[in-house]
Amino acid sequence: MYDDIVRSDSSLRRFLHGLPGVDQVGCEARAAGLATRSIKTTAKAFAIDLAIRMVDLTTLEGQDTHGKVRALASKAMRPDPADPSCPATAAVCVYPDMVATARQTLGDSGVHVAAVATAFPSGRAAMDIKLADTRDAVEAGADEIDMVIDRGAFLSGRYLDVYEEIAQVKEACGDAHLKVIFETGELQTYDNVRRASWLAMMAGGHFIKTSTGKVQPAATLPVTLIMLEAVRDFREQTGQMVGVKPAGGIKTTKDAIKYLVMVNEICGEDWLDPDWFRFGASTLLNDLLMQRTKMTTGRYSGPDYFTLD
Amino acid sequence: MTSPFEYAPAPESRAVVDIKPSYGLFVNGEFVDGRGTSFKTVNPATEEVLAEVAEANEADVDEAVKAARRAYTRVWSRMSGAERAKYLYRIARIIQERGRELAVLESIDNGKPIKESRDVDVPIVAAHFFYYAGWADKLKYAGFGDTPLGVAGQVIPWNFPLLMLAWKIAPALACGNTVVLKPAETTPLTALLFAEICQQADLPPGVVNIVTGAGDTGRAIVSHPDVDKVAFTGSTEVGKAIARAVAGTEKKVTLELGGKAANIVFDDAPLDQAVEGIVNGIFFNQGHVCCAGSRLLVQESVADEVMSRLKRRMATLRVGDPLDKNTDVGAINSAEQLAKIRELSEIGEAEGAERWSAPCELPANGYWFAPTVFTGVTQAHRIAREEIFGPVLSVLTFRTPSEAVEKANNTPFGLSAGVWTDKGSRILSMANKLRAGVVWANTFNKFDPTSPFGGYKESGYGREGGRHGLEAYLKGADD
Repeated sequence: MYDDIVRSDSSLRRFLHGLPGVDQVGCEARAAGLATRSIKTTAKAFAIDLAIRMVDLTTLEGQDTHGKVRALASKAMRPDPADPSCPATAAVCVYPDMVATARQTLGDSGVHVAAVATAFPSGRAAMDIKLADTRDAVEAGADEIDMVIDRGAFLSGRYLDVYEEIAQVKEACGDAHLKVIFETGELQTYDNVRRASWLAMMAGGHFIKTSTGKVQPAATLPVTLIMLEAVRDFREQTGQMVGVKPAGGIKTTKDAIKYLVMVNEICGEDWLDPDWFRFGASTLLNDLLMQRTKMTTGRYSGPDYFTLD
Repeated sequence: MTSPFEYAPAPESRAVVDIKPSYGLFVNGEFVDGRGTSFKTVNPATEEVLAEVAEANEADVDEAVKAARRAYTRVWSRMSGAERAKYLYRIARIIQERGRELAVLESIDNGKPIKESRDVDVPIVAAHFFYYAGWADKLKYAGFGDTPLGVAGQVIPWNFPLLMLAWKIAPALACGNTVVLKPAETTPLTALLFAEICQQADLPPGVVNIVTGAGDTGRAIVSHPDVDKVAFTGSTEVGKAIARAVAGTEKKVTLELGGKAANIVFDDAPLDQAVEGIVNGIFFNQGHVCCAGSRLLVQESVADEVMSRLKRRMATLRVGDPLDKNTDVGAINSAEQLAKIRELSEIGEAEGAERWSAPCELPANGYWFAPTVFTGVTQAHRIAREEIFGPVLSVLTFRTPSEAVEKANNTPFGLSAGVWTDKGSRILSMANKLRAGVVWANTFNKFDPTSPFGGYKESGYGREGGRHGLEAYLKGADD
């Protein structure tokens, strides 16, 4: 239905620049207002379990090894070995060369394997290399691909290039789900975030994702607010749902709950599901587990009672 | 509709406040009995009687004015500005220290949600005292002289009990005046707690006097011959009566009255933020705001989109227990006000406007009104002309900027207006043409002690807040 819009660079540009603008002060005030919601008792317990199920447990380091990835994958399946009622995370997120290891460990546990591809995190490589990177990860067993957009092309206004890149990577993904990373810390303005969101949704992205985690600021509440508004409006226009994944910098249960409140009040309950909202995080999980234990036992225990990976 | 993510109740504790069974008047630094017939103040969210409050009759008011006069001549007007500032700073700090107590008490007595009393009212109250404390020793540089007027008689409304008290008392005291203040009869408790704060701050007796009561008490203050200055915030009707009562006397008057503000949304506006601004403009404080954006003027080309976004947003407003930290819209302040809101809403329907209310469950007891919007409203409808002073929005459309200006100005009021557009030049041009004391651009209901506030036409005269706010409490060259 967007064929006319993506016909040329200028028609695409007209569409993206015709989206309603974002008032920075108002947007930040709204996000801050939602962050004052007080989530207690049963609501908190619900939110913690949901947040655990939404975590893409991530390791994206130069020092990653197969051993590290195996440990991470084990943790994703059984985050709290002491409590079998604790749900598994949504996925583990690794570099493409670690996909096979993650897949092997996870087996048919239902935990997805997400791989960052397309010359993550900078995205600075030739198109065929990005596509090869994607296919490689899918062949190794990734069922989710987290791609980065070409921020250089976006910032210089070559929106059609970005659109086509996303569409091609999607094709290379085959059956794997595609998450499109904007690196909002580099796009800088909320108007840009809104435009990037529409661009990625029109190009067929299953998820839109804030950041790689390698650039500051990574995920913020106002940026996620803009993206949630975009997926909400997109469904109203097309009937299609797109997921949202804030990533980077979300470290505490308190933070995670603020995001879930925002999902609940901006998009509604349909998005309160790991299929439609994820947290890209590494340290968040242990804080969620600690708070979960506190909710069930009434006591805080120390970090040594939770596994490191 | 039940969401799986149902927020559990998160009530703020009432334990921080200590409501006494009965309250007297605060005159000359002490609590004394009133000679009138005492009245009850109720919690509008539950209809629970909170306390018995003394009513000041003419003789009580006379004593309060005498105490204020004594304090003025013997102590306060002789004190240096720097010394007066110390008291004001002390009061401001105590307000911050006792902020939670003040916020909870305000929500209990007024019905406003705790998140507003905690995050808006009380912080701005403290900021007002800090701000005017800073002026007390710099009056010479404000440009209005540095001679106080004497005794100020001040009558305030029930919508922002403590904040209106701060707007009145802080500049008056900073300029060297003493005051006799009457809080509204439905919301006297925070003013009486403020009286305790004055004691705690060792404010000299008689500098601040709080007399409680209804219309008769207010009349006694306004018409008292030894009052030099009358400051009133409230309805246009009472404002007119006050203007008549003081006509021909030496009394200086400032009036801050009603409004029917236009909130104007152009087609290039940041729509999501504009919707927030519309919601904040009319549902903040249950719409009990004189500068509320009660008339939405939306450009026809985006009217449908704005309305569907607005209704979706309104459906997420949480109406209920004012003390719950997640409540967005609290209780209507009184049965009387609720009846007025209902009456005008029924008139709106009878006149053919289309009514839509947010789907929400209202508590069984107390005074409640669901956030409501009327579409298909024209300038000829009463709900487009009269102040409803409740959570009721009237939506009108316009085609061109000049039509927006015409419609916005076509009202006997002129307190505030809002303009939503991405175009800076249009903001400036609209602000020049709108006859309203405050024009907000891409925001609404923002208050700051440094910014003057006041109206055109039937919205009153005089300015409160900022440097301008000092003028009302100083003797100018022509006085």
